[in-house]
Amino acid sequence: MGSHSHGHHSDVTLRVNGKPRTLTVDHRRVLLDVLRDDLDLPGAKKGCDHGQCGACTVLVDGRRVNSCLLLAVCLDGCDITTVEGLAGDGEEPHPLQRAFLERDGFQCGYCTPGQICSALGAVAEAEAGHPSHVTDPALPSGRPVPLDRDEIRERLSGNLCRCGAYPRIVEAVEDVIR
Amino acid sequence: MPEPATAPGAPAERREGRLKVTGSARYAAEHPSPGRLQAWPVPAAVARGRVTRIDTAAALDLPGVVTVLTPDDAPRLAESDDATLAVLQDARVPHRGWFVALVVAESLEAARDGAAAVHVAYAAEEHDVTLTETHPAGYVPEQANGGYPAVREQGDPEAAFASSETRVDVRYRVPPLHNHPMEPHTTTAHWEDGRLTVHTSSQGSGVVRAVLAQLFELDEERITVHAEHVGGGFGSKGTPRPDVVLAVMAALRTGRPVTVALPRRFLPAVVGHRAPTLHRLRLGAAPDGRLTSLLHEVTTHTSHVKEFVEQAATPARVMYAAASSRTAHRVVPLDVPTPSWMRAPGEAPGMYALESAMDELAAELGMDPVDLRVANEPETEPDSGKPFSSRHLVECLREGARRFDWDRRDPRPRTWAEGDLLIGTGVAAATYPVMMWPSKASARALPDGTFLVRINAADIGTGSRTVLAQIAADVLEVPLERVRIEVGSTELPAASLAGGSSGTASWGWPVHEACTRLAALLGDRSGPLPGQGLATEADTAGRADADSPYARHAFGAHFAEVAVDTVTGETRVRRLLGVYAAGRILNARTARSQFVGGMVMGLGMALTEGSTVDAAFGDFTESDLASYHVPAHADVPDIEAHWVDEDDPHLNPMGSKGIGEIGIVGTAAAIGNAAHHATGVRFRELPLTPDRILTGLTGR
Ligand code: FES
Ligand code: FES
Repeated sequence: MGSHSHGHHSDVTLRVNGKPRTLTVDHRRVLLDVLRDDLDLPGAKKGCDHGQCGACTVLVDGRRVNSCLLLAVCLDGCDITTVEGLAGDGEEPHPLQRAFLERDGFQCGYCTPGQICSALGAVAEAEAGHPSHVTDPALPSGRPVPLDRDEIRERLSGNLCRCGAYPRIVEAVEDVIR
Repeated sequence: MPEPATAPGAPAERREGRLKVTGSARYAAEHPSPGRLQAWPVPAAVARGRVTRIDTAAALDLPGVVTVLTPDDAPRLAESDDATLAVLQDARVPHRGWFVALVVAESLEAARDGAAAVHVAYAAEEHDVTLTETHPAGYVPEQANGGYPAVREQGDPEAAFASSETRVDVRYRVPPLHNHPMEPHTTTAHWEDGRLTVHTSSQGSGVVRAVLAQLFELDEERITVHAEHVGGGFGSKGTPRPDVVLAVMAALRTGRPVTVALPRRFLPAVVGHRAPTLHRLRLGAAPDGRLTSLLHEVTTHTSHVKEFVEQAATPARVMYAAASSRTAHRVVPLDVPTPSWMRAPGEAPGMYALESAMDELAAELGMDPVDLRVANEPETEPDSGKPFSSRHLVECLREGARRFDWDRRDPRPRTWAEGDLLIGTGVAAATYPVMMWPSKASARALPDGTFLVRINAADIGTGSRTVLAQIAADVLEVPLERVRIEVGSTELPAASLAGGSSGTASWGWPVHEACTRLAALLGDRSGPLPGQGLATEADTAGRADADSPYARHAFGAHFAEVAVDTVTGETRVRRLLGVYAAGRILNARTARSQFVGGMVMGLGMALTEGSTVDAAFGDFTESDLASYHVPAHADVPDIEAHWVDEDDPHLNPMGSKGIGEIGIVGTAAAIGNAAHHATGVRFRELPLTPDRILTGLTGR
């Protein structure tokens, strides 16, 4: 799918939570602002706009990214999943969302969509055998990395929570990987 | 009979939780608003002086830029009590980062580009931003924050100290700290048919409305302020900040909705910070550990915009029995941003210093630090002589010691090593006053068997919706699901702001009362309810704010275990445990989250959080989340929070004390004391970063 460009704007098509969305974006516009302001999907939060807090984390082609650091114009044809798209079509929230509720893995809730998307990305990375800073180097490479608490903490450290819900967030993630 | 989830203390799930985990909770910038404009402020680039000229031509030429507000043409504001809100009113620059213009544009990108294209010329003046104890501009204020007298004295503290058998005379330093709630300060304002509607990220929409009415000389009836979901505040959203005023001005100018979402790195200069505090502690004691004299003297800074004095010496007026004492504040006005409230203003830095000094005294005496605190337990509040409404500090210390296995500790410092790591444990006490303000609430019984409770409480993440609904359900003796609750809007019965850990007490009281009246009305009648149901109201004015013959405070104890890496200088917390006596705990699940959240912030204060006022440039060096390190997942171990049952009839109908702030009080001291126990070195300046640790360990 080619993007059509006119001056400082281009047309792009993003698949957002399974639905194709075609829009004309300012070349300076980041994915986060497209989601929040153009597509009325405010689940991804803006905490810093600089890649420092993780509140804007979404999944692009299954990988977690800071959407405040990605120019929307570069994402033509990409698959984007935001917190709004996790539950699927059903009424029931995603098991990780449910676990956050049960564990009280949040207070103000502003970091929460980012924590949830980031955790799903992290679980997939571990599943695919990506090591982290705390992974035992003796583990066979390419095999799924088991996620203990230290692994979860390390892998989620890009997602700040000023309310300090960290211990409960780690428990919520443990609940869904067990 | 009430359902189990209704019973006071039951761990009911957050009512708005589902909205938050699915991304459907809308915060201040997230309400659909057709035609909305975005704005970007221009911060002053000098630390003191005047704006001599602002050239907006280049900015206005950019596509998408709609207008630029400057001190020359911005709407005029009436006086308010808060001079930090007098933005764009004159050419004066009181500190670096003060806003000197606002660019309003069709998109965020255009607004940001526009702000970069605004040319501002200044007449800069010499600035002074460096706080010292002996600064010649320092003075003793009339009051410290919270209305506390700046100085209190009992007996003859100097003489008593001089003649004490054991003495500790130490200085502690706490740097400026930043609240940094995850949602930056954000406001969307819209004028329509002479009415102003504001969505803002605030701890109290009622205060926002009152201040806007003052500044823009409007009837409050013409203003509606919503703050339904708020991404944290920690004091920095207690009263309106410049984003509110700028958004309203810009909406007035353009006739369109305008959002001002402050960029993260602008926050430290304009939303308040915890002022740095320099502490001198002198503790004199008899051989049995009893304090003979306690002197806590604090020097802090404020801005030239308004006076704010961090009341860091006040906890020493509550904590320990000392025949002689002096607690005093001194403040130095500098060319710095205006400090304000940050979680437990006063108590957080004050108890860091006091509880660290108590640990030093315990070491001097060769006494266990828990026992030293127990030995100094007062009969009545030391400063006022009032009886305590309840005080279970000793129980917290004992219970914490038991859970933490404190008795197995070798009291000698530097006796526990694991490879390059030195391990140590520490303890500190915590306290926070009970505060309550008058509020109103209404309760309505509807014909379908449900109930509607309305109150302009704020839920900044504390779970106030949930706990207020529990209070209502408990009084009405109905299942929690049958109670609906509305909070976070000035359309609702007026209530106090979320600050000073006062929310549950201040709001729960009128909810309790309105529901009690409603239950009585319902009990008196039979047959179906009229169509609109039955309604009651309550107002606690004159009662919630009445003077109490009792000294009312929550207490707690924190225990920490740290590992100090002797090679890298890194300190890590391995265990952290808090035990609290804070009245009746109304929701175990959300209460635990608040306690733990406070401790996490205390961990940050101890190890990583610290801001520097740059002497040359006059602003905070660590202004964003990359340079100002708030704790991340990897910094935070499992944390335990417990509480002891407390039955206090002198508080409010629920018997509750506030719990939002006590978790940060004393935590940094417990961690610092653990670092001393680990290393044998006293570190008296926060945070305990590797450079300080290595310097301490090597003596260089
Ligand atoms: S908003 Fe993207 S990382 Fe903070
Ligand atoms: S829940 Fe408030 S920042 Fe994480």
